[in-house]
Formats: sequence, C-alpha cells, structure tokens
Amino acid sequence: MAPNDTAVDMGTEPGSQTGRQIGDVILNVENVSLAFGGVKALKAVSFDVNEGEVRAIIGPNGAGKSSMLNCINGFYKPTEGTIAFKGESHHAMETHESASQGIARTFQNIALFRGMTTLDNIMTGRNLKMRKNFLWQALYFGPALKEELENREVVERVIDFLEIESIRNTVVGRLPYGLQKRVELARALAAEPDMLLLDEPMAGMNHEEKEDMCRYILDVNDEFGTTIVLIEHDMSVVMDISDRVVVLDYGEKIADGSPDEVRANQRVIDAYLGVQHQ
Amino acid sequence: MAMTDQASSPQDQDTIPKLLDHNARVRGNRPAMREKDFGIWQSWTWAEAAEQIRALACGLKDMGLKDSDKVMVCGDNRPHLYFAMTAIQAAGGVPVPVYQDSVAEEMQYIYEHAEARFTIVENQEQVDKVMEIMDRTPALETIIYNDPRGLRHYDQEFLHRYADVQEKGRAFDKANPSFYADSVAAKSGKDISIMLYTSGTTGRPKGVMLSFDNMILSGRNCAEMEGLTETDSMLAYLPMAWIGDNIFSHAQAYVTGYCVNCPESSETVLEDLREIGPTYFFAPPSIFENILTTVMIRIEDAAGFKRKMFHYFMDVAKRVGLDILDGNPVSGGDKFLYWLGNLLVFAPLKNVLGLSNVRLAYTGGVAIGPDIFVFYRSLGLNLKQIYASTEASVFITIQRNGEVRPESSGKPMKGVDVKVADDGEVMFTSPGVFQAYFKNDEATASTKTADGWVHTGDAGYFDSDGDLRIIDRSKDVGKLNDGAMFAPNFIENKMKFFPHIREAVTFGHEKDYVAAFINIDVESVGNWAERQNLPYSGYTDLAGQQPVYDLIQDCVEQVNADLAADDNLKSSQIKRFLILHKELDADDGELTRTRKVRRNIVSDRYDELIDALYSDKSHCEVEAVVTFEDGRTDTIRADLQIRDAKVSDTGSAAARPAVAAAE
Repeated sequence: MAPNDTAVDMGTEPGSQTGRQIGDVILNVENVSLAFGGVKALKAVSFDVNEGEVRAIIGPNGAGKSSMLNCINGFYKPTEGTIAFKGESHHAMETHESASQGIARTFQNIALFRGMTTLDNIMTGRNLKMRKNFLWQALYFGPALKEELENREVVERVIDFLEIESIRNTVVGRLPYGLQKRVELARALAAEPDMLLLDEPMAGMNHEEKEDMCRYILDVNDEFGTTIVLIEHDMSVVMDISDRVVVLDYGEKIADGSPDEVRANQRVIDAYLGVQHQ
Repeated sequence: MAMTDQASSPQDQDTIPKLLDHNARVRGNRPAMREKDFGIWQSWTWAEAAEQIRALACGLKDMGLKDSDKVMVCGDNRPHLYFAMTAIQAAGGVPVPVYQDSVAEEMQYIYEHAEARFTIVENQEQVDKVMEIMDRTPALETIIYNDPRGLRHYDQEFLHRYADVQEKGRAFDKANPSFYADSVAAKSGKDISIMLYTSGTTGRPKGVMLSFDNMILSGRNCAEMEGLTETDSMLAYLPMAWIGDNIFSHAQAYVTGYCVNCPESSETVLEDLREIGPTYFFAPPSIFENILTTVMIRIEDAAGFKRKMFHYFMDVAKRVGLDILDGNPVSGGDKFLYWLGNLLVFAPLKNVLGLSNVRLAYTGGVAIGPDIFVFYRSLGLNLKQIYASTEASVFITIQRNGEVRPESSGKPMKGVDVKVADDGEVMFTSPGVFQAYFKNDEATASTKTADGWVHTGDAGYFDSDGDLRIIDRSKDVGKLNDGAMFAPNFIENKMKFFPHIREAVTFGHEKDYVAAFINIDVESVGNWAERQNLPYSGYTDLAGQQPVYDLIQDCVEQVNADLAADDNLKSSQIKRFLILHKELDADDGELTRTRKVRRNIVSDRYDELIDALYSDKSHCEVEAVVTFEDGRTDTIRADLQIRDAKVSDTGSAAARPAVAAAE
C-alpha cells in the first residue's frame, strides 16, 4: 500500500502543520518614519503583530498603508525607526532578506509574469527554496530534478488548497482579474511564509470573488497558522476577518485595537467621513 | 472463502464484493482506479482497492452497521467513494448514492425516506449540508467524511474521518478474521445491491432497488456484446447517483476488470479526458452538443486557411464518413480524401477532444440532434445511442455496429425483450428489471406487471428496420383543440438541436395552437452577438435584444417548416414564442438534476406568461425568483416580448427534409 496511502491521506497540510494559535509578538514596528524628500509618508508609526493573527492596516487614500507594507517588506528603507521580525531588529532590510526570513507578499496591482502559466508563476514562489546551483539546474537531470519534484509537490498542494486546478496550465494573462489575484496569493503561499503581507487583496473584485478571497485568507490563517497583515479598503471585509486593526491617516497612527474599538473611535470616524469645519 | 480458484465461475461471482475478490486474485496488479490528485494520476491496483474496501467494510461493521442498512454516499466521483459503495455492500448494507449538488431540502427527503443511519460524504461542503438536515432526519447517526480540509474545528462525536474508520476496521479485521469473508459469502445475486433515487419530473423521488443480478447481468451482457475487456478504460465524471455511472464506472468495471479514472475536479474534466484518452466513453447529448459548439466557435475564430480546410474535409466526412465507419464500400478517391482529412483534421481534432482512443461511445437519456450525432460519427467516432432507464439497470435498446441510424434507438439489448403495448407505450422485460420502489408498493404495482414487464411511460414504435423509435413521454402527449396530436418533447428536441437554443418548453394540450418558452444558449448566442458588435451584460440582457429574437425566430420558423412537412405534426407548428428572462435551473426546481424539464412546475410558476402567449399581447411583465447556490433568493424583473412566428402551410416548397420526423 506504500505509495498510495501517503498520496491519499496527506490531506491539505503543506509543511509545518500547526493550525492557528495566537502567540507572541512576531513583528514589532517602532517609531517608523518615512520621507520622500519633503513629503512625510509615515510619521513615527508604532504597532505590533502577534503570531497567528490577522492584522489589518486601514486608512483613507494616501494614508501611508502601502508605504508601511513596503517598509516591512524591505522595499523601502525607513528614514527613522526600527522594524523587528521574530526578535531580530533591523533598521533596513533587503527584500530578499525579508523573503528568506519568511515574509511573503502580494501586490495592489497584480505583479505576475503574464506570459507564464499559473503553474510556472507559482513555482517562482519556490525560488528561495531551490538550493542547487545554476549548473545543476542547467543540467536538470539528477539532483536538480529531484529538487524540482519536491518543490512541485508543495506547489501542487497550494493549487489544491486554492482550488485552481483547472487553470494550472493556463497563461496568467488570459485569466480574469479575480483569478489572477488568487494566483498571486498562491505564489506567496508557495514560499511557505510565516507572515503574509496582502496589499488590497480584494480591490476590484465583485461580491462573490470577495467572499471567496475572504474564505481563502481565513483558511490560510486557520490551516497553516500563517500570520497575516493586510491592507484593505472594504471596511466590511476588514471588520469581519481581522483580529486587530491599526488605522493610519496622513502617515500617523490614529487608532489601534479590535474592530469594535476601532469602529467606535471618533478620530477614525472623522478620518473616513470627514469633519465639519466651523 | 469456500470456493477455490478453479471453481470460481461467473455464476459464483454473483455479487460486486465477490467480483472484487476475483479481480484481486486474477488481475491484482492491474489498475482498478485512478484519480488525478496534486497534479499526478494516482492509481490503485485491484489488490490495493480490495485492501481499502475490506478495511472500510470492517470499520463500518465495527461502528455498528447492520444487515441491509441503507448508507447514503454523497460527493464527486472519487475512488474512495466508489470503494465505499463496495465496502457497504461487503458489510451487508445497501449503498444509496445521492446527487452531490442537491440542496439541503432535497437531501433531507431522501435521507429521511431511506431511513439511513450512516452517510459517507466527500468533504466539508457535504458535511455542512448533512449537518444542516440532521435534526430533521432522526435516524441518521454517523457521518463519515473523506477529505478533512476545513473540518479541523468540527469536533462533533458523530463525525468520523474515512481513514480513521479504515484504521478501526483493520483492527476489527485482526480480531475477527472470518467476518469479511462470511459477510461477503452471505449475499447472493438476488439481494439488493444498490438503491437509486430517480430524479422524477413529477412528484417526489422514488427509491429504485436493484439487485446484484440486475447490475451484474446488465453490465455483463453489454460487455460481452461490445467486447469490453480489462484493457479498456473509462472516465467517471457523471454523478454517482445516476444509474449510468453505477453501471459504467462500477458494475461493468468489476465484471470486466477495466480501469476507472476520476477527474481532478468537475472543471477539469475535458483536460483530464485528454490526458486519459479513454477507450469507452459515455456522455449525454448535452455534452456532445457543448463540445461541438466549442469546436465550431473556435473554428470560426481560426485563420482563413484553417477554417477552409476544416470545412472542406468536414464536407468529405459528411459525405463518406458514415459509410467508412459502417464498412460500406466507397470509391478510391473518397477513401484517399478521407485518409487525408483524417491526417489533417479528424485525428488532430479527436486528439484535442481526448477522443482519440475511444472505440465505443454511448449517448442517451434524451434524443441527440441528428446533425450532432452525424458529426461525431463522420469523424470516425463509434458513437451509438442507447435507450435506457433506471428501472432497467440502464440498457433497453442499443444501436448495433453497422446499423446505426441517427433517428432510431436501435434494437433490444441482449437479454432484453421490448414490446409496444396497444396504447403505444413501450414496455420491456430484462434481467435488469428493478426489484421494487422502496416503501412505495403502489408505484411498483403501477410500473411493473406481475410477470416482470415494465411500463416505460414512453410512446414509441418499431420501424421497418426493426429499430425502436421513441416519440415522446406518453403522459406528455396531448391533443390540440382541433384534435391533432401534440408531442411536446419531440418539438422541443427539434428546437434544441439548434446550438442557439439551450432549452425549450412547449404548450399546446387543450389549446388552439402550440406556443413555446425558449432559453438561449449564452455561449453560442453570446459569441454570435460579439460578431454582430452587439453589446450585452448577461443572460437577461442578451435574451431581451431584438436581433436575438430575430435569430431565434429564424430557428423557430425552420422547425415549423420541418413540422409542416409531416401531416400528423402540421398543426403542431409554433405560432407564438418568447425568450425567458432567466435560465431554467435545477436549483429553482424547474429542471431535474439530470436537466429534464418539470412541466408542471414551469407552467405553475409562469402561468401569466402562458396566458400572454395565448392572448394577443406583444409583451408581458414578469417577476421571477432565482435561488443562488447558497440558498439565498433574489427577484428578477423583466418585460418580455412575445413574437409571432411564421407558420408554413405545407412542407413542400421551402422546408428542409424532416430529419427525425415520426412517420
């Protein structure tokens, strides 16, 4: 029974199967400021993210949400302040460093390889896990093939998890928007991240696609225990799926807490609805 | 087991579990099932399948399954659910497969009626549905699920994982080593093997009880006639609750030992078909129609040279393809052209569709359009029609090789007797005749005579070749006010043969003339609309457009011309029609799960539209309630126009020859 039993019983668990447990602080952002010349995108923002939680960053347009994500990700270097991931403190991190430490992300404007198939796109998410050097990979057979197969297995589990089997061999550029977003999530998941940064995962989706995406985000969080930091405009989505919410406005943190606390906060209401000037 | 290898003959293997033992012994290393999972085809040999099944059967016994207990099975086509069917039988129970897309209310009726204590389901989706109805089905005690995804937080005691049940079974097997063999030996061919609920165009579903003999003899007769062997392969993609799947993917596989392949998901069927390249294939006419529509759409989008080449060789195929397939003589020049066409068009096309290796393909359930049927046969695909019913364990009549006529249903299957009663109703008797309807003696008595003849409810006749031709459902056949016969399905099928028309419902019984509701085919009409630069936002919008009405009117008038050519049907021409603003849907109860129209529900729901068809109004306002997959409902409002179609006087001048007319 050897080969089949494993094939059948392996269920859904890629890698370390822990399930969701809210743990200690995994990411600590302290006094981060970011300036582009005279424009201050972030002003001394501090917040933390606990292991295993869904943490949302919200705010009106231009509030600095994506800038914050880009700092965590290492794409921007904060002008001031520190960002500590898993206890290791950095003033600035290179993007590949953050990736190898277990941070993966998706983008507000889809950043896939449009001419490649879904499968190939997701395989690129495994890039950092490939250990064989260029020569071996060029030879392909032998150790590189074995490695390719191992990585392919992880990718296939992600495909199964996100239910995108039917588009496995479809060129990404031909897919509808909602599915492209899902492929992007798949590529991020293929890196088996500890923390997932999602930049407006539901932007531009219709109601049904949004519901699907919410389901998948919660499932990822629940099944793999992945910590999730997301930026989102759709308030109902944010309030439904997040454990804690941080609110930015003009680069400043104006509120931080559970969805209910944030919803009741007067500064948040003012920022979103505007204040009457007398 | 009492019997030895030498003594085992077909007569001894009179149940599915006994056939399993036989297959595990004589072809233990051949593949029994394959499933595409994680992008790779995983396979189970007959020996491995037998081990899986034995473990589950013992596990079920350990959990308290009693003799003749009904066990509901619900999910997509998965090897583990097919294993479960056999395991239930081996443990002494009766499997009852359920349509996996049933909504909770439909499931409740069946679960309650069958008095099931156990259910084996595929995944979270089905678990959720069953748990929703559990408080209304008091007999149900245990849910066993196969795929654990999303079920981590379900800690109810009545929920068990399939693999855990098998583990328990293996322990039970060790403690009671004689149980499995005794339990398998206790059943014989006369015992009930399976119960299937017919979808029912009228009234509540009925549980059709079929014995092992019914399933095995029907499957074996067909396999012997067509020469099926263990080297054949089949793609299992049609609902497990449907009788055809139980014969093609289960009983027949056990009889012949061929391999059954399960697709990765319902969306990947066509791709999986291409990868597997089955030799034996069943599809209802709608699937053949869809494939043909897709091919034609893509050909119209292809470059001019390819398009011309396709049409040129398809003309060759239409002229000589059927004769070549039937082995009739054709000229050398045509033979060469067909060979060239095969090289350039037919073989690559069949390859793309995954039909290259098919040596036997069946279609049935409803009539298939002659054009569609001829298209596939002229490509060299041995597609044949069968006339089938759940109560017959599929086979009643079948088209024989070399005697395939598009408009007939062929001759009675081996072992089957067919007669036409005095009132024109087709009746049959066969080794596949069902035992009874579960808990419904009244229906059993009115369907099956004491000497084993079954009323099909279809009106038909034998033609001069001795082939059976089906006209319509007897109970649907009515009379127009002028006394002429009105056969709704017959007219509707004629309309549905047009790719632009997906569904049609005609009215005429006790009316002055025939009128019709039409559902357009969004894909086909949508593609046409794109070519005409006609913008549209969705079904409702497209269906209401004037040019679309013109297009459909053309189709209706062609049908009228066809009907006019036939004296009996001249009065049945469609005078007025409308295009419905929503697609008829099984979730709304308007169709059965096998996509047959429920006439009484449609006429109740849309009675104001019917009134409008029989008035002189040119449009009618309507509201319709649609049910979404998750059970929410919404209302669609529309103002439908009603068109008058031209009625031909005689068929002589303009009409095409009637292709499938009943003389």
